[in-house]
Amino acid sequence: MATTAISHTPSFSETFFSSLYQVENGERFRTCLQCGSCSGVCPFGYLMDFPPGRMIAGLRADEFNLVMETDTVWMCVSCYACAQICPSKIPITAGLMTRTKEELLLAGNVPSELQSALENSQRYGNPMGESPRKRADWTLGIEPQITLLGKERLPVDVLWFVGDYPSYHPRVQSVAKSLAKVLNALGINFGILGPEENSDGDTQRLAGERGLFEMLVEKNGRIFNKYQFGKIITSDPHAYNALKNEYPALGVSYPVQHSTQFLAEHIDQLKPLLKKEIQATVTYHDPCYLGRVNGVFDEPRLLLGAIPGLKLVEMAHNHSSSLCCGGGGGGMWLDGFQWEKAHARLSEWRVHEAVDIGANILAVACPYEPPRFEDAVKTIQQAEQLVVKDIVELLAEALG
Amino acid sequence: MNIIVPVKLVPDLVEELSIDASGTALDTAWLRMIVNEFDDHAIEQAIILKEQTGANVTVLSANIEGIDDLLFTAAAKGADRLIKLNGDFESGVNNHALAREMATIIRALKPDLILTGVQAHNDLDGSIGPQLAEYLGIPYIGYVSGVKVNGDKVNVRKEYPGGLIGEIQVSLPALLGIQAAEQPPRYVAISKVRQMMKTVNIEEQDLAIFDSLGAPTVNRMFVAEAAERASMLSENADEAAGQLINIFKELGTL
Repeated sequence: MATTAISHTPSFSETFFSSLYQVENGERFRTCLQCGSCSGVCPFGYLMDFPPGRMIAGLRADEFNLVMETDTVWMCVSCYACAQICPSKIPITAGLMTRTKEELLLAGNVPSELQSALENSQRYGNPMGESPRKRADWTLGIEPQITLLGKERLPVDVLWFVGDYPSYHPRVQSVAKSLAKVLNALGINFGILGPEENSDGDTQRLAGERGLFEMLVEKNGRIFNKYQFGKIITSDPHAYNALKNEYPALGVSYPVQHSTQFLAEHIDQLKPLLKKEIQATVTYHDPCYLGRVNGVFDEPRLLLGAIPGLKLVEMAHNHSSSLCCGGGGGGMWLDGFQWEKAHARLSEWRVHEAVDIGANILAVACPYEPPRFEDAVKTIQQAEQLVVKDIVELLAEALG
Repeated sequence: MNIIVPVKLVPDLVEELSIDASGTALDTAWLRMIVNEFDDHAIEQAIILKEQTGANVTVLSANIEGIDDLLFTAAAKGADRLIKLNGDFESGVNNHALAREMATIIRALKPDLILTGVQAHNDLDGSIGPQLAEYLGIPYIGYVSGVKVNGDKVNVRKEYPGGLIGEIQVSLPALLGIQAAEQPPRYVAISKVRQMMKTVNIEEQDLAIFDSLGAPTVNRMFVAEAAERASMLSENADEAAGQLINIFKELGTL
């Protein structure tokens, strides 16, 4: 008996599933064992209507439309814990979670807090809606004056991509000032872009705004192209991740280092300058996009170890099992939304761990972290004595 | 139903404003423009009505720098037709002049309903809604925060001071000054806006020469000046706190 193919309009689940194949290693979604490790390790998996494992089950059951009707995907902080633990090495964060957020965003299902961060990023080049003209205002009063590439038009060895929070956030500006101090102490020939710099866009991308990310890459790419520099450094792991792993595919390719990598390379020169003792028990929080995603674990610890008097201890979750501060994947701009759902903050969990290990200082290496952890310190009674410092701030302090 | 939404760009207050050499207007050299917030709500309300009734939505605005982005974003939200109006906006056009000329163009579009922002922070000679309604000879209701179509009439919710809400029925055509849409202006993914840039056409129409008759003249524009009676506290927080304590003591509150 002859059979005829029945024409078939692909369902949303099918179209979506096949779009995952375009992500690197996307074919691995077929190899999901439904072991549930991803849902278990996810810091907010317990309250998601569809944690990652169930999302994949929904795809296979041709019922992904049910996932699209919920809003708990916005609890995903893109921390890569699920992708890290997956025995089949499925790109859950880069593929499933990000693609789902993209679809939700196209359908207009966006929490309003996130909406304003995205609109601001488009309009002003930074998520907080600050004036682009004031992007370098934090440099006022710093001596020697920081080179603005747009003004000096001289080649530099290092282009420092400052990033949104170090440029504008009052707490994180102190990290930028500290890095300037350390770079000056090392005699590095560096410059910044100032008002010409735009958000790196990585967190917007992971929050589902691919189009916005591409727009920001184009803008930054055009500006990079105007100047001569040897390499880019940044204190922001999200910017580092974007410049290293995402920009090249869009034609913007430069050597890039996180500031901890760059400073670790100069450790022999830096160490003799660190004369002032810091008598403290310090624990280091591995940022998701420096550690788990990009494998930079040793350099931050090497720098902390070079500070005289400092004793380094590890929290229960460290290196690749580090806990997320809650700011990634749009979490930075979903504080109210996530609080409403969870009545808990990931930053508080982390601060509890720092207190438990007996640390006086929680050292960090990502600009999202000082404000997030300092807010958590205020809400945890036992944490009253805990101080949150970026590694660069500790180095600047040890310079005396 | 044919809905017309006249909107405008206003100076974005994220940047500090400066006054030009004439001393009567803002210096436009460094101005960054943004959609008037109330106009953004008018667009949203029009799209909501389109979704409810299948209306046709036309968004129109003065052709100044940045207007294309505004119009393409409106299209991505669901606007059907985009029009930009060419005219001599450099010499400081006011709402009296603009309303007169826009009325001619809007009349030709045969509107059933006109929605516009109830006000803008740079309206120096009254908001444009009532003036436009007067030239069109149609009813105007301002401070509207909800619109339901009811045959050839609309029921509107108007906000009054003191938390009072009025429900008013008005025959079409009518012009509504929108205070707030029924939901916050929606987000559209940038990829959608970019797609509009490639596929949607913005029509252009010419405005006649402006006649500013009836509008006031600006004699002087200036930054608020501290009066002599005011005493300024130190910018240093500790010093300011000390000064405050002394002031409270002098006033007998401490």
